[in-house]
Amino acid sequence: MSNASNQGWPLYEVFVRAKAGLDHRHVGSVHAPDDELALQHARELYTRRMEGVSLWVVRSSAIVASDPASSDALFAPAQDKIYRHPTFYTVPEGVDNL
Amino acid sequence: MSQQEYILRFADTALIASQRLCEWVGHAPELEEELALANLGLDMLGQARKLLVHAGSFSEPVQSEDDLAMHRSIGEFRNLSLVEQPNGDFAFTIVRQVLLSAWQELLYSELLHSSDEVLADFAKTHLPEVSYHWRYASTWFLRMGDGTEESHRRAQEALDTLWRFTGELFTVDAVDAAAQSSGVGPDLTQLQPLWLSRVATLCNESTLFLPTGKPSRWFGKQGDHGEALGFLLADLQSLPRAHDGASW
Repeated sequence: MSNASNQGWPLYEVFVRAKAGLDHRHVGSVHAPDDELALQHARELYTRRMEGVSLWVVRSSAIVASDPASSDALFAPAQDKIYRHPTFYTVPEGVDNL
Repeated sequence: MSQQEYILRFADTALIASQRLCEWVGHAPELEEELALANLGLDMLGQARKLLVHAGSFSEPVQSEDDLAMHRSIGEFRNLSLVEQPNGDFAFTIVRQVLLSAWQELLYSELLHSSDEVLADFAKTHLPEVSYHWRYASTWFLRMGDGTEESHRRAQEALDTLWRFTGELFTVDAVDAAAQSSGVGPDLTQLQPLWLSRVATLCNESTLFLPTGKPSRWFGKQGDHGEALGFLLADLQSLPRAHDGASW
């Protein structure tokens, strides 16, 4: 478990689909030397106890992230902007995963 | 009695393989690989437990999995010599796993049709595990063989050293023959060409040479073991032997 040696291994983000029909959810990350081993590592870390039916891994460096410094401009609270919220619709009974 | 002996061969092979894999915990080259090796070891332990319980059921009185795992001496163990070989480096462990998993996958596929219902049920549950073990080990085998000069050298050395222990996997003795004739197990000699073709294909892809080593004089499945197994068993058995019936 030396930490020095895996500095060269890129980081991958791991997404798991819990069951058919649901979204893939981000669950964490793994280090791996290539794509195939990243999938293998993700399987070992995140799906050993029936957590999922499908796995995605993607290089962390391939993710384009928003800049925390501009979070005000991007995500300012919109509670007072009632016209943005779909509050005038009622969700039909039996719809669980909306 | 012979059927018990036959089942013990698979049970002990899984048990000893498990112990070897779990010896990596705290020592593996990478955190992710440490988890992978421990997961393989846990799979093997689960297999060993079921098979030991089944083997113990043939005894009079019935022996428990712990009786068999913890209170037999080295000469009573029936594991393949291949799995008791010390871990060596990561390449050595991976090559040992490749040779074992290829065999176990073929064997368990055959045990699906065993006249022993417990064995057939066991094979159905655990065949996907050993298929994954093959996939895991062969992925690394390929990367080491076709990797750097050093990884290639280490993988080839491991292959050359371990090859002599693979003859036993397909050698049929009286116990195997009895199991075969009662429909409990397959004809091991028929597995050999299939196994060889898988391993040869992988070696070819990995730019490694298929060795031509002489068969070992050790025959683990008949109870002949090297001293390395003695140290493994001391590690495995010391606690339950010093504190009989200990639990948590």
